[in-house]
This record gives sequence, C-alpha cells and structure tokens, in this order.
Amino acid sequence: MAGLATTFGSGAMTSSISELRDTDCIFVIGSNTSENHPIIGLEVMEGVRHGKTKLIVADPRRIRMVDFASLWLRQKPGTDVALLNGLLNIIILENLVDTEFIAGRTEGFEEVKKLVAEYTPETTSRITGVPVDDLKEAARLYAKSPKACILFAMGITQHTTGTDNVMAIANLAMATGHVGKEGSGVCPLRGQNNVQGACDMGALPNVLPGYQPVTDAAARAKLEQAWGTSLPDKPGLTLMEMMAAAEHGKVRGMYIMGEEPAINDPNSTHVRAALKKLDFLVVQNIFLGETGKYADVVLPGASFAEKDGTFTNTERRIQRVRQAIPALGQCKPDWVITSGIASRMGYPMNYRHPSEIMEEIAGVTPIYGGVHYDRLDKSGLQWPCRSREDAGTKYLHKDSFSRGKGKFMPVAYKEAFELPDAEYPIIFSTGRILYHWHGGTMSRQSKGLAEIAPEAMVEISPVDAAKLKLADGDIAELASRRGKIQAKVKVTDESPDGVAFMTFHFTEAPANLLTVDALDPVAKIPELKVCAIKMEKVWAKPASGE
Amino acid sequence: MATVSFTIDGKNVMAEEGTSLLEAAKSAGIEIPHLCYMEGLATGACRLCVVEVEGQKNLAASCVFPVANKLVVKTATERVIRARKNVIELLLSDHPLDCMTCEKSGACGLEKYAYELGVTGSRFAGERHHYPLDDTNPFFFRDYNKCILCGRCVLACNDVQFVEAINFAHRGFGCKIAAPYDRSLKDSTCIFCGQCVASCPTGALVEKSRCAAGREWDLQKVTTTCSYCGVGCTLELSVKDGRIVKVTTPADAVVNKGRLCVKGRFGWDYVHSPERLTAPLIRVGEKGEGKFREATWDEALDLVARKFSEIKSESGSDSLACLSSAKCTNEENYLVQKFVRAVLGTNNVDHCARL
Ligand code: SF4
Ligand code: SF4
Ligand code: SF4
Repeated sequence: MAGLATTFGSGAMTSSISELRDTDCIFVIGSNTSENHPIIGLEVMEGVRHGKTKLIVADPRRIRMVDFASLWLRQKPGTDVALLNGLLNIIILENLVDTEFIAGRTEGFEEVKKLVAEYTPETTSRITGVPVDDLKEAARLYAKSPKACILFAMGITQHTTGTDNVMAIANLAMATGHVGKEGSGVCPLRGQNNVQGACDMGALPNVLPGYQPVTDAAARAKLEQAWGTSLPDKPGLTLMEMMAAAEHGKVRGMYIMGEEPAINDPNSTHVRAALKKLDFLVVQNIFLGETGKYADVVLPGASFAEKDGTFTNTERRIQRVRQAIPALGQCKPDWVITSGIASRMGYPMNYRHPSEIMEEIAGVTPIYGGVHYDRLDKSGLQWPCRSREDAGTKYLHKDSFSRGKGKFMPVAYKEAFELPDAEYPIIFSTGRILYHWHGGTMSRQSKGLAEIAPEAMVEISPVDAAKLKLADGDIAELASRRGKIQAKVKVTDESPDGVAFMTFHFTEAPANLLTVDALDPVAKIPELKVCAIKMEKVWAKPASGE
Repeated sequence: MATVSFTIDGKNVMAEEGTSLLEAAKSAGIEIPHLCYMEGLATGACRLCVVEVEGQKNLAASCVFPVANKLVVKTATERVIRARKNVIELLLSDHPLDCMTCEKSGACGLEKYAYELGVTGSRFAGERHHYPLDDTNPFFFRDYNKCILCGRCVLACNDVQFVEAINFAHRGFGCKIAAPYDRSLKDSTCIFCGQCVASCPTGALVEKSRCAAGREWDLQKVTTTCSYCGVGCTLELSVKDGRIVKVTTPADAVVNKGRLCVKGRFGWDYVHSPERLTAPLIRVGEKGEGKFREATWDEALDLVARKFSEIKSESGSDSLACLSSAKCTNEENYLVQKFVRAVLGTNNVDHCARL
C-alpha cells in the first residue's frame, strides 16, 4: 500500500477487525466487503444492526453492503479522488476538521486545503455524479462521528490513480483525526490469505524483511551478517517489470512459487509470451495451472492442510497454520523445496521445522522480534511485536505515526487511463465474487463452489441490456482494444448504466485479456478496474417454458 | 447496569440485570439443558431449559427469564426433570430413531438429553413426518424428518449472518424451515455460509462431505487458519484417515468468532482434488504444451540448481527473477526472498500483492 507508506510510514491496516463493530461510522469505498472479506463484512453489519454504527458506502455497483448503509454514494467508476477531495473540502468549509490533530500530529495540511478548495460540492457532484446533498451528509456524518473507520480494497488500488486514491483517503482521515485511536482508522483490506505476510517477509523487490529498504546499508549489513553473505543494494524488478524483461530476454530464468501470473495478470497475453521466452522456468505449486504449462520443471508443493507455518492476516495478526493430513503423493512443503534448491547451489539451508525459520525471522525482523511459536497458540500476535514482553499492537500510529508526522499529500483528480468512446462505449470493470478466489486455482477445484458459480458472467444494467438487445443468459462477445472474450450475460440492477462488470476467476473467459496494463506510477498496480469495451450478442438464450 | 444477587440450587449467584437465568447459571458453572438457545440468542421455543422459580406457578424457560434480586431458582427438581423428559419424549414421538447410522450421533443435542434423562422412546404415538431428503445444494443435506423446529438455523441465518434466507413456513403439522416459496436454497438469497448447519443441534442439517466418512468420536480435530482470504478465520479441520471430513470453527475464535464464509467452511476440498500435482515433473514437449515426464526429487532439484547456477554465471544475478506467493506461509516467503537475495544474488523478487 504505497499511498499509506508515504503518508503514515506504514502501509498496513491501522485498526483491528474487532474494533469495527464498536465504531460510530464506517465509510466503505472500493471494497465489496461482504463478497471479498465476508467476515469483516459481518463485523460491520453487526455494528449497524445493533444501532452502534452508521455506514456510508461509496460504490458504483449496488453491492450487498448498501443494504446496511445509511448513505449510498454511487460515484462514476474512476472518480474516487474527486469524491474524496470533495468530501474533505466540505469538511473544511464547515469547520469540521480536527485542528488539534492536524497541528500536533501532521504536516502539509495547508497545501491540501488549497488544492481541495477547487472541489466545490457542485464540481464534485458534476464529476462523480453524486448529488450535492449526499456529499454534504456523508462529509458531516464521517467528520462528526466520535470514532470512524475507512475501509477500502482493490476497488481503490487497482487504478492508474490507485496511490492517489489511497493518499486522498489518508488526507480525509488525518484532517478529521480519525486515525491512531481505538475504533478510528484507515483499513486497507488485503486480498489473499497471506499477502500481508508476504510483504512483511520482504517478498518485494525494494525491501528486506520488516520493510527495511534494500538501499539501507545498515539494514543490509545486519542481514549480511545473519545470512553470511553479501547482498545486492539495487532494488529489483517488480512482477510486471520482470515479465517485460523476460519478453526482452533480459531475465532468462524464473522461479514461480504458488502463483498464477498467466491468469491473474492484466493483459495476460504478454505474460504468456514472456513465460514462453524464458530459458528456464520453475513452477512450484499444488496445481499445474496455466503457468505450469510453460515450465521446464514443475515441483509439487503441499497444501495448507499438509504443513506447519504461519499466515499474517489483514489486521497484522500472525496466526498458526497446522498440519492436519500427510502430504499428498510426493508433495513437499514449499520451505522444504526452497531449502533443497539453496543447499544444492552451495548455500546449505537445514531447517527441521518452520518454527526454526520463525526464530530466524524474529532475529532479523524488528516488527516480528517477539514472535515465537510458543506465543501463537491461542490467538496469534499482531505486529509490531518487538520482544517477548511485547503483547503486540492492536492499532497503529497511537502517539505518533510510523514516519513521525502524518504527511498530507495533495492529489488532483485524473481521468482513468482509458475512457469509453464512440467505438468502445462501455466501461469494463473486474472483481471477484464470494464463491471464487483470484484465478480460481483453488476454488474451482472445489466441487461445491464450482457448482454454485460454474461459469463466467458479465453483469450489465437493465437499461444497457435493452440498448444492446441482450437478455439474461445470452452469450455476449466483449471486445477491447487488446482482445476479446465471450461470457454469459447477467442483467442486474446492481450494475450502474454504462458499466459491465466481470470476475477474473475463469480461464476460459479471462477478463484480463481485455484490461489495460497501464500501471499506477508508484505502486505499479495495474488498472484492472476501468477500461473501455464494446459488447455484442453472439448467442441468444432460447425462450424457455412452453 | 446494576448487579443482582439470587440463588440457584442453593448457590449464591451475582449477575448483571437483564441477563437470562440460563446465562447467569452458566457463568456460575451450572449447565441448564437446552436445545434452541444459542449464545446471546434465545427464543424460548424448546422448553427444555425450564426451571422452578420460587413463587411462580409455572415452570420458567430459563433462556428468556431475566434474573432479579432474591430469586430462588431450582434447576433439577423432580417437577423440572419430569417436564424435560416430556419435552424429549414429545420430540422423539416424531423423530426417526436411527442414531446408529445418523451422522450427528455423538454431537446431537437430542441424543445427549435423551441419554441423560433416560428417555428410551416415546409414549406419545402421533402422526409422523415422512419428508424426502432435501439434496438441492452441493454443501449440505436437510432431513426434515430430524428437524425439531428449534429455530436455531433461522437465528443463525438472520441474526448471525444477516442473510434471512430461511424462516418458519406453514403452521401446525406442516410447519417447516424453508426459503421463501419453499424454493431450493440455490434460488434464494442463501450465501452457503453453513452457519445454519453449524448451529443445528440434530441430524437435520449435515455436511455432505462428512457422510459415511467417519463417526464424530473418531474425528481428529486440528486448528488452523483459512487459506482463502486476508480475514484469517480460524478453522477446525476434522480429519479421518488422512482426509478432511468437515470444517467447523470454535465460537471463541479470535477473528471470526464462530462464523465462516462458504469458502472457509466448504471450499477446502481442492486439497483432495484429483488434479493435484503429486510428483516432480520435467518438460518433454514444447513450452506451453504442458507435456511432462515424472522425475525424482533429486533429479528435478539437481536440474533446477544446475540451470539457475548456469544462468547466473553466464548472464549475471539480475537475469534471474522469482515470484513468491501470498498463498504460502510467512516462513516460506522468508526463505524464498532469502534464497533470491543470498543465493541468486538479486533483489528480483515479488509476489502478486499488487493484484
Ligand atoms: S447457509 Fe447461511 S445463508 Fe444459507 S440458509 Fe444457512 S445460514 Fe442462511
Ligand atoms: S434444521 Fe436444525 S436448527 Fe433448524 S429448526 Fe430444525 S433442528 Fe433446529
Ligand atoms: S472463511 Fe471466508 S472470510 Fe474467513 S478467511 Fe476464509 S475466505 Fe476469508
């Protein structure tokens, strides 16, 4: 979460999940919470149902959370920065800012104040399509609540303006003092089960474990001593850069563990070409998948039920994974396989159990310094947890931000990278549904989940359906400037007019063939949420009944 | 809130005003039998939790009876026991007595109380239901013949998962739990969270995965963390003979507090998919074709080590790159980035957090 790292000094969710049912106001933007983080959705509903929490939902689609909201802002896709700036402007105009918090805990407010002044309620309403009165009501509700949290997810980050979106959220929270307090915070909801942990562990090209920059000589020196080797000081390539480098022959060998870039990546045609070009590709996973087809060597990993270890959830909680069944066939836990390769390359790794690896992690990762298996049994630990005596951290930035002062960042609204035009008149957006997960590597191998949600659906509004002469159950061809796919049509008033929504779980209709690979310049997150397409019927569902 | 003091079975007990007798007794270590009551949610429907309250003519359903100062409560008098036996006998009068093959046996509330109260059958010969088994969703069976209409599944659906997919339908003998218009759950708002299954005290709602897979008391339970999303729910895997049989979650689980979504409760069977890789493979066909031969671990790992070393010495460390995984454990991610940095000698390591 590059935006939050800049403003707060840490990209992680500031609050704990359990604080959500006890807060006065929750503002959900760009998160289909009940589908993608179902139990967090329930925590929000719990507070709403018991009359404790007022919910504001900003989403172009009528997601299920809207049923629980006091206020639904249906902004046009890709206009989040304008919406957030507009809300902040109202808060400033109506004197609802927390002046004490701004003065004592933050810097840079004046510039933001100047910039957001351009986002008058009328201008904001024109850009976003949200009525002025709703903007005012939302701004007041959020600002005046004693405790308030903002929840967001990929609907915010998967844009070329993703980092801007996140910084605009941080501005709103800091201006109202709704961060760094029990029950108040900024909550990026992390997608996969252990995204948080993978980042914490330094599976990133620019940081070592615990977010210590690879360019920091002191941090490197410490690890060089622990690992008995010298370490490179130049930041490495990101996923998308790796693929580009592979396509150009600069990267020749690749080791892919537990990932499906051939389905999950935007513009996946490029990724396939890159994988094909590699001199040597090792794929280590539990299924062969699309990516595995390009491998020179395939190594069978063990599933989560077949190994010990830890996952770190979205609220920074490190929890135990415990082996329940023996590994299938010749499968081995990934840590055993990686150790085997390293040892064969002349760097012996002789761990007997993941708990020994965690001891090493604790030794070199300050925020995990107090994490030991014997402390994780009942409810895990939330980092930062720096020593054995440290009980862990429920919410971040209590007395000061990780970077010291919270940094306001002025961010101006920019239009999405690709907008609809005469030839491609429909906005295309992707996301997930409750029943599947990412490329479906796991969930589509679950019989029940596959039965409930068997095929790719593209959702459009009744108005668009009439315009395009499409009906529920028809098959439509969707074409963008980059490719075309077919999918079954679902007509639903959950979708706003002019927007087609599709999931990216299905290889036979890979939505990502259509999306653009324009990247957010800072976070390098691709724009999966907005691109332009056209749609056409290719097969009409026969009239049923008689 | 004010604290009140009263006695249960001669024991002095303090509780917050507004607490039910059943809950107050529980915190005092006295377990009152109950079928329909669920933590914090009471309907008073089953009347198994009746107790004698001094000065009250009728027995009181303790799950809905609020505590008050100076109450004198008795939870196991002869009258109370008789009433409870009656409740169980009535339920058994319209219940298939097939505990020997019932999947719920060993974890069934009805079986437990029949045993504890010594009820072996029923004196009430009444009309019996003969419903066909409801097999209309992929995750669980509903056997109406075993339903005691306690309403726990309805509470679970409405007040725990906030879905409101099911409710009591019809009256009298035809009363049953159903989705609107008695449609299949697939055509309702049901999200297949399985909260209803988890809360059912009898064999009326049973996970399909566990059928004929082992008796309750033979299942080994392993506590772990869900492999799907970043919420990190606690799962309790029930295991028999190297296979997962069902998944539940403890009521006091730190993050999810007894709740799960469809993926956590029912989506784990990918673990046993026949599509799983089971041996190391080496490519024989063209790239992208997906043609491989099986290899031994030694052969495969030797090849990987040799090739990576070759590329590193020919083209330098930065010609190698690695994708780690947000699906793998912390320990595995740590080792992979250590391997990339310390052994391959590059910072070209990333994972798909961006996606
Ligand atoms: S599975 Fe969940 S949503 Fe469906 S009926 Fe049961 S409790 Fe309700
Ligand atoms: S299905 Fe189970 S929980 Fe629901 S009413 Fe019947 S016995 Fe009670
Ligand atoms: S059970 Fe559902 S909400 Fe909980 S971690 Fe698993 S996928 Fe996420």
